[in-house]
Amino acid sequence: MTARFRTASGGRVDRARPIRFTFDGKSYEGLAGDTLASALIANGVHFVNRSYKYHRPRGFLSAGAEEPNALVGVAEGPGRFAPNLRATQTPLIEGLAVTSQNRWPSLAFDVGAVNDLMSPFYGAGFYYKTFMGPNLFGKNWAWKTIYEPIVRRAAGLGQPPTNADPDAYAQYYDHCDVLVIGAGPSGLAAARAAAAGGAEVILCDEQAEMGGSLLAETRATIDGAPAAEWLARTLADLAALPNVRLMPRTQAFGYYAQNFVGLAETVSQDERARNADAPRERLWQLRAREVVIAAGAIERALVFPDNDRPGVMLAEAARVYLNRYGAKVGERVVLVTAHDSAYRAALDLKGAGVEVAMIADLRAKADGALPQAARAAGLRVLAGATIHAAAGKRRVAGARLSAPGFAEQTVACDALLMCGGWTPSVHLHSQSRGKVVWEEARGLFLPGDSVQRERSAGACRGVFGLAQAMADGARAGADAASRAGRPSPTMEAPAVADAPEAFGGALGDQSPPAARKAKAFVDYQNDVCAKDIRLAVQEGMRSIEHVKRYTTTGMATDQGKIANMNALAIAADKLGRSVPEVGLTTFRQPYTPVTFGLFAGASRGDLFDPVRKTPIHDWAASQGAAFEDVGLWKRAWYFPQGREDMHAAVRRECRQTRASVGMFDASTLGKIEVVGPDAARFLERLYTNPWAKLEVGRCRYGLMLNEQGFIMDDGVIARIAADRFHVTTTTGGAPRVLNHMEDYLQTEFPDLKVWLTSTTEQWAVIAVQGPKSRELIAPFVEGIDLSREATPHMSVREGRVCGAPARLMRVSFTGELGFEINVPPDVARSVWETLWAAGAALGVVAYGTEAMHVMRAEKGYIIVGQDTDGTVTPDDAGMGWAIGKAKADFVGKRSLARADLSAPGRKQFVGLLTENPRVVPMEGAQIVARADYAVGEHAIGHVTSAYDSPALDRSIALAVVENGRARMGETVFIAAVVAGQRRDSRHGLRSRVPRQEGRAPRWLALSLRRRAAARSRGARCPPGRASRSQSRRRRRASSCAATRRSPRRPAPPSASPFPAHPARRPRARGAPRSGSDRTNGY
Amino acid sequence: MLLIPCPWCEAERPELEFRYGGEAHVARAADPASVDDAQWAQFLFFRTNPRGLHAERWRHVAGCGRFFNCLRDTVSDRIVATYKAGEPRPDAGALATGGAS
Ligand SMILES: [Zn+2]
Repeated sequence: MTARFRTASGGRVDRARPIRFTFDGKSYEGLAGDTLASALIANGVHFVNRSYKYHRPRGFLSAGAEEPNALVGVAEGPGRFAPNLRATQTPLIEGLAVTSQNRWPSLAFDVGAVNDLMSPFYGAGFYYKTFMGPNLFGKNWAWKTIYEPIVRRAAGLGQPPTNADPDAYAQYYDHCDVLVIGAGPSGLAAARAAAAGGAEVILCDEQAEMGGSLLAETRATIDGAPAAEWLARTLADLAALPNVRLMPRTQAFGYYAQNFVGLAETVSQDERARNADAPRERLWQLRAREVVIAAGAIERALVFPDNDRPGVMLAEAARVYLNRYGAKVGERVVLVTAHDSAYRAALDLKGAGVEVAMIADLRAKADGALPQAARAAGLRVLAGATIHAAAGKRRVAGARLSAPGFAEQTVACDALLMCGGWTPSVHLHSQSRGKVVWEEARGLFLPGDSVQRERSAGACRGVFGLAQAMADGARAGADAASRAGRPSPTMEAPAVADAPEAFGGALGDQSPPAARKAKAFVDYQNDVCAKDIRLAVQEGMRSIEHVKRYTTTGMATDQGKIANMNALAIAADKLGRSVPEVGLTTFRQPYTPVTFGLFAGASRGDLFDPVRKTPIHDWAASQGAAFEDVGLWKRAWYFPQGREDMHAAVRRECRQTRASVGMFDASTLGKIEVVGPDAARFLERLYTNPWAKLEVGRCRYGLMLNEQGFIMDDGVIARIAADRFHVTTTTGGAPRVLNHMEDYLQTEFPDLKVWLTSTTEQWAVIAVQGPKSRELIAPFVEGIDLSREATPHMSVREGRVCGAPARLMRVSFTGELGFEINVPPDVARSVWETLWAAGAALGVVAYGTEAMHVMRAEKGYIIVGQDTDGTVTPDDAGMGWAIGKAKADFVGKRSLARADLSAPGRKQFVGLLTENPRVVPMEGAQIVARADYAVGEHAIGHVTSAYDSPALDRSIALAVVENGRARMGETVFIAAVVAGQRRDSRHGLRSRVPRQEGRAPRWLALSLRRRAAARSRGARCPPGRASRSQSRRRRRASSCAATRRSPRRPAPPSASPFPAHPARRPRARGAPRSGSDRTNGY
Repeated sequence: MLLIPCPWCEAERPELEFRYGGEAHVARAADPASVDDAQWAQFLFFRTNPRGLHAERWRHVAGCGRFFNCLRDTVSDRIVATYKAGEPRPDAGALATGGAS
């Protein structure tokens, strides 16, 4: 059964291969070679969509990539649904289920169509003017809570798919001598010429079939043969050349620096049928020595009232549907044109038996070769015509026309074809940063001088005639090949006959003056009318960039390929200025929409990011650990037992560690081996602390600043030998620190003989912490005297643990006696399991990062990146003790002397205790000085860490507060943002609970703790701890009761300058990954 | 994506292998303590940000690991020259007229 509007013969469709598909549930038949658009047109279907804003019925405007209207949802079977596909670019395949968009409940009856009636309220700047208030509950309240959700639902394109994309996408890099973009007449001629001397040529075209306008050419002959024959022969010749690659279905979507061009290839149905593993699309990131842009030109619409009715189409599109697909756009057509090329369409339609009721030419005279041919063929031509409106609603029913001697009347038709001339596609040239220049005579923007190694050929540079375009292409191809350093033998340009050149063109609003208030569409996809653009100018927009943003013209997914020139001309006319004075908007990549899948490629699911796991990871997983992401690392977060929640697990882990012994996987610590005769001198310059006199076998806490004087990283550094240091960094900071070190070593201190090596993954680290830690490890340690005297706090020894070579450090990040065992990763798990098994008798517990966090906060140790934010100096952090006072210089030292960094009022690190010990304040909560502060009042600090402390059996918090050290004992306040309770918005609680309602706001009062409170507890230091009071003073006071309440054995003070291992975790749990984390892994 | 010639590897490599390092030839004083606040602020915070040729630092981080300097046109993204850290900035005028491409 042949569709009603299918021609009896002709076209490039395969009449022997019918294809079934559905549109909005109704079944239709098309042919192999059809697009969705041509198949629907062959079935007489034009009304396929409703418009974005006014929900007006819409049909097909074009036959190509520039289509603004016919966006549909396409389901290719279960799980394969894509919204917003251009029906003109979607190849028809068996079983496609197509749905119209932007209508509810159905295309024919659409509730949203009331917008069309309400359109006086929807003019330019509508969103800016309409949804402005009332601001009952703060700025933009009404927009946020009432208008925006409704507007978002009512306006818009198709629905996104809800399931994961089942298809694969591939990504390639490639290069060639000459890339020819566009396989129309000029592109083909360019490719032939470029390839003749052996240059590696890639010819790409966005369409499934190459040939461009030749695919619809039925009259012209090339080299004596019909165009179709010449095309077939030329494509076969090119395909046979070993140095030419033809890439159909491949869109050059972006032109980037250094001739880097992005190509998006849609893999053919045939290939996917042959190979189930074939991707859906391929991204080609192509570097071409030389580029020929042969992108063609886009036919312009005419702007007149109701020019958007289904059946109103571009004239050349009608010719393409007829000649290429054998689909007639109607039975009786009227053409309205300002360009000769529409006559070609009229002649072809007449030849196919379509009644051409009238050709209304807007120009006073129409007597070029094509108009003459039309007249000779008996077509009725109305010169000097005016188009008043299109008639009809869901399908155009006529054209209201007048002309001198032709009274205004409606000429009936079922398709109204228009042509306003041709706009060269300068997009890629412009993306390559080449300027475009205005040609006043023809009203065209054309490519100007090239910045990159590219040249345009054919219609995209205003060379429109078939013969002229092919000659231009041949010249461009030869030029590209020779500039790529390849021979380029001269070739005869193809000889073209029977292709008269077409002239003409019009820009701007063609509506008669009386109809200037009607809807004459400029941008179909965003529903922008000529009057909207005039209104924008009237309201003060002067530049096209402002007009664009105010009206949204050209801002839809088609980027105004059809609309922009008309919009520009209307704005220029209203402003009384020339087109180039008003300016051209930027051409941005991509040329047409590209799928997310293409850019994502294989980077999805498990491959989205590399995952780093420690050698002990699988053991932790087998114990049921919960993991958290820290940079790329998976770290054991806590080890729930039975039905424990995190809170219970963390309490148990902390208590058991402090009571007996805990094991912690610290393998993610960044490690850098600093080696060389100048290693100590180098560290002197990179860290605030002194290193020259650190004895071999001892460790010291190191604080690293950036040049601005702010804390950047920290870690324990062990001196393995006179010329060898084992440096540790925060987990996420390792790459940043190594880069920082390399930077200074290579560029500022190149005289130093130092070598830096990342050893993060060369050492797995097992932290054994707690009063029984020595007891646990002692039986497995060989070659090291573990006694307090032989291996004091903050020392490092080399020996064997469980038979494995080890660097054993006596350090603590918990405040307990502790060791960190560095062993090679391949034996780490067996060492861990051996210790774990032996620990059972001692009551060993495995603890995760959360317990580690809580215990270090109980001790008051900072975590760089959580308690610091890049604006914290050592003094702010209460760590002035870490600065080597005798050192002449280190990175950041000079900046610390800047007045700003010692000015009064800086935020200083303090501990906070809540009045209610059960309440844990929210990390990040803003701190104010008084409970009845005004909204918008200056916050004096914020909470950086907060936990429920098992050792204290109450909540504790760390914070930075202005002049914090001087405020010890004072009470400060935060809004009651309490974990587990409803969290208020950024407006703060006060703005939400007005006082006049008589409900007092809930406040959290916190008192700053005086560090003196800790001083008296020096005697309770755990073994190896420095004089407690001293270390306390050096840290900040905080929730200091931790030490008082936790049972500790008295211990003699040690000489160690600082007791513990500092920062381990780069950032708060759940905090977004920073870019620098991603490159972890030197 | 840019192709960047690494002067240490003496090879053109894709931008993915490199990390940008800010403006070049911003030398840290040999004795920072002798520098006054205004000069130090210049060193820390002030950059030229030119429209046109810009001398900037890059590190071939996924290659040889070395820092080097690069003269790049910020308008066209054209890389005019790359040279090792410590070497003087090439004469921009000569390069501009000589034209690498
Ligand atoms: Zn290199």
